[in-house]
Amino acid sequence: MKVTIDGQSIEVEPGTTILQAARMIGGESVPPAMCYYSKLKGSGGKCRCCLVEVSKGSERDPRPMPKLMASCVTGVMDGMEVNSISSQRVLDARKSVTEFLLINHPLDCPVCDQAGECDLQNLSFKHGAGKTRFIEEKRTFEPENIGPNIQLHMNRCILCYRCVMVADQLTDDRVHGVMNRGDHSQISTCISKAIDNEFSGNMIDVCPVGALTDKTFRFKQRVWFNKPFNAHRDCDKCCGKTTLWMFGDEIQRVTGRKDIYHEVEEFICNECRFDHKDPSHWVIEGPRKFEKGSVINQNNYTQKLEKVTIETEHNILLGREQDRKKISMPDVPLTEQGKKKLKEGNV
Amino acid sequence: MGRKILLEHANVPGIKTYEVYRKMGGYASVEKAIKTMTPDEIVEEVKTSGLRGRGGAGFPTGLKWSFLDKKSGNPSHLVCNADESEPGTFKDRYLMEYIPHLLIEGMITSSFALGAKLSYIYIRGEYMWVYRILENAIKEAYAAGWLGKNILGSGYDLDLYVHCGAGAYICGEETALIESLEGKRGNPRIKPPFPAVKGLWQEPTVVNNVESIAAVPWIINNGGEEYAKIGVGRSTGTKLISASGHIKNPGVYEIELGLSVDEFMNSDEYLGGMMNDRPLKALVPGGSSVPILPAHLIYKNAEGGDRLMSYESLSEGGFQTGSMLGSGGFIVYNDTSCIVRNTWNFSRFYHHESCGQCSPCREGTGWLEGVLHRIETGHGREEDIDLLWDIQSKIEGNTICPLGDAAAWPVAAAIRHFRDEFEYHVRFPEKVKNRDHYVAEPFEKVKHLVTKQTV
Ligand SMILES: Cc1cc2nc3c(=O)[nH]c(=O)nc-3n(C[C@H](O)[C@H](O)[C@H](O)COP(=O)(O)O)c2cc1C
Ligand code: SF4
Ligand code: SF4
Ligand code: FES
Repeated sequence: MKVTIDGQSIEVEPGTTILQAARMIGGESVPPAMCYYSKLKGSGGKCRCCLVEVSKGSERDPRPMPKLMASCVTGVMDGMEVNSISSQRVLDARKSVTEFLLINHPLDCPVCDQAGECDLQNLSFKHGAGKTRFIEEKRTFEPENIGPNIQLHMNRCILCYRCVMVADQLTDDRVHGVMNRGDHSQISTCISKAIDNEFSGNMIDVCPVGALTDKTFRFKQRVWFNKPFNAHRDCDKCCGKTTLWMFGDEIQRVTGRKDIYHEVEEFICNECRFDHKDPSHWVIEGPRKFEKGSVINQNNYTQKLEKVTIETEHNILLGREQDRKKISMPDVPLTEQGKKKLKEGNV
Repeated sequence: MGRKILLEHANVPGIKTYEVYRKMGGYASVEKAIKTMTPDEIVEEVKTSGLRGRGGAGFPTGLKWSFLDKKSGNPSHLVCNADESEPGTFKDRYLMEYIPHLLIEGMITSSFALGAKLSYIYIRGEYMWVYRILENAIKEAYAAGWLGKNILGSGYDLDLYVHCGAGAYICGEETALIESLEGKRGNPRIKPPFPAVKGLWQEPTVVNNVESIAAVPWIINNGGEEYAKIGVGRSTGTKLISASGHIKNPGVYEIELGLSVDEFMNSDEYLGGMMNDRPLKALVPGGSSVPILPAHLIYKNAEGGDRLMSYESLSEGGFQTGSMLGSGGFIVYNDTSCIVRNTWNFSRFYHHESCGQCSPCREGTGWLEGVLHRIETGHGREEDIDLLWDIQSKIEGNTICPLGDAAAWPVAAAIRHFRDEFEYHVRFPEKVKNRDHYVAEPFEKVKHLVTKQTV
């Protein structure tokens, strides 16, 4: 099947969605996705960030579709023509969805643990407006303790349902889900139960915003001061392949490895995520790379390390020093090499 | 006198009971259908009748039935939508309460046509007393052999259940209804797949409104062509209208489609004119989700022709000058009604009832309500009217189910036709704050204070 998105054509298998096709093409045409998650069955269709304009339905029925379509749940037809970034209507819709999502999402980025990794932050950088038109009161919730590993900040939740799907699809005896309706709806555990399933930690990874946070990591660090390394260990519950977020020689956080759409490559178990914070438990494969524009990339540490051995005193100190510099002396100019690397990014 | 099809026997004493209903010719359609017709012939007959869904959207019923995926080999289902939660609409309840067997007869005949062996009536939780009436009627139908195994010795089996919802407007949306029936949270599903292909338990399902199903016995007894003779153009047959508001005779009426709005409003057979003879200000013809019409567009359409009670005539000219027949919730406002307050009230409802799955509806309905409330209570700003317009336009068409549209349209229509009233609210907040909305001065008297602007 041939589909054309923003003038770029690609052949895809039947059953491919517009979003998947756009991801195959890559680049600017890929619609943003806040609720779709390729690893979760039945996800998508909810946030409406990925709306696109279908200007030609198919070769057989070339009529345009009157409404904007959610690209993550709309299958492509042979000969379909789609406008994503090239359509003003689409850009307007994305802008308005961003505005809607920010209505009840506090901009508490300075204290939120997801800053730097937040899909909503990225979305609003790209599609948001500079000012809010919403002057009513935001809905507020008390932070909720949902088990030993996860802290829920419902205020930040955008009800993408991803964590509910993780609970449905990866864990037995689901105890958490959506309560209430409309903008009163909230993620919560059923009658104060705790989430302690072995795969529950993945909810944290799929959450696009800072609503579900890792209790072992909360407030320890801004992510861009961490140094992410790909690592693995022998695990009998999951693939054991993770990203370690280090500060000096300390593992501060363990997450699944994510792809360029910020989706985990494979889900990991809670033991790998929460219980192995000693570097000797892991085989470290090497520094993790991030896309050029990403906030995490700004720490750009990968060139400085000649080899990735974090036990050596030298490297620990080197890391600490560099971290400290970045935290406390923003005015210290970068070296020429540093500037060049910053421009190029790591990838 | 208009012709009655559904409510013909509604006033016969004891019609609720099987005995009387049967004596009046009840269940004849089941007999005729099962003994003399094939399921396909029944579907054809319904197609010929031109019957359009009475739940709101007006989609041709026979056509919908013909979409049912019979090839899949999976069992199919008929689900009757008796959720009836649209503000202003209360017709299904009347039908079920007074002639419950008519619905059950329709369910059996229609289930036979669709090859469904297990069918449901999904009724809103607030209709508990109607639920009991239906339960009782179903029991009687089982006892008389119209339900259960081997109906009329034909080898056709059918079980029918009534399921009580927990009271959520969104559960009237067909896919949310199916989710709820399956015991889940009533969230609309993303379409496609449509219920005709994957509905209840992922099996082919038809969801139809009470009134649509109740029309089937007459169509089978008298033929689709006879049915199609009633009405006007593509609006065939009769329609139940539930009328409320500032009229002399509120209630449920069966009208032949094509009746003029003027006659319906003013003749003694129907609404009998305006309550206390006050002037007519506006009308919502099809339940709270459809656009409101100002007085000058009620009896005449934009071209000056007579406005009729039909799908086409009520929607003439699109939303600029038209509205919709919708589910037939006919709400009439006299000159003392405050459009802003009314719009806020509707908005409050949609805000409360949004399921919360998609961002524009979840967040937008709350925002609409908030801004409307501000304007209504005299705290609005000039720019709020445009803001409202903008918010509703960003919800419409961008959501999973039509609840988003239903929340947006009343706001759009109110601003389109009554913008001056919104402006009065923001420019003279003190007057608005101190106004009693039900008895005080009609807007007509203060209209000169604001200049009319159109969107
Ligand atoms: C939010 C919402 C609420 C609805 N509520 C009802 C309802 O209470 N009763 C009903 O028959 N249809 C309702 N509908 C329409 C149904 O989705 C569906 O179209 C209808 O039941 C089909 O029956 P019909 O073809 O016989 O009209 C609703 C639709 C929406 C979007
Ligand atoms: S908590 Fe996070 S993952 Fe769960 S619904 Fe809210 S935003 Fe989505
Ligand atoms: S439009 Fe509203 S009611 Fe419908 S699915 Fe979206 S949030 Fe739910
Ligand atoms: S990503 Fe498509 S609707 Fe959310």
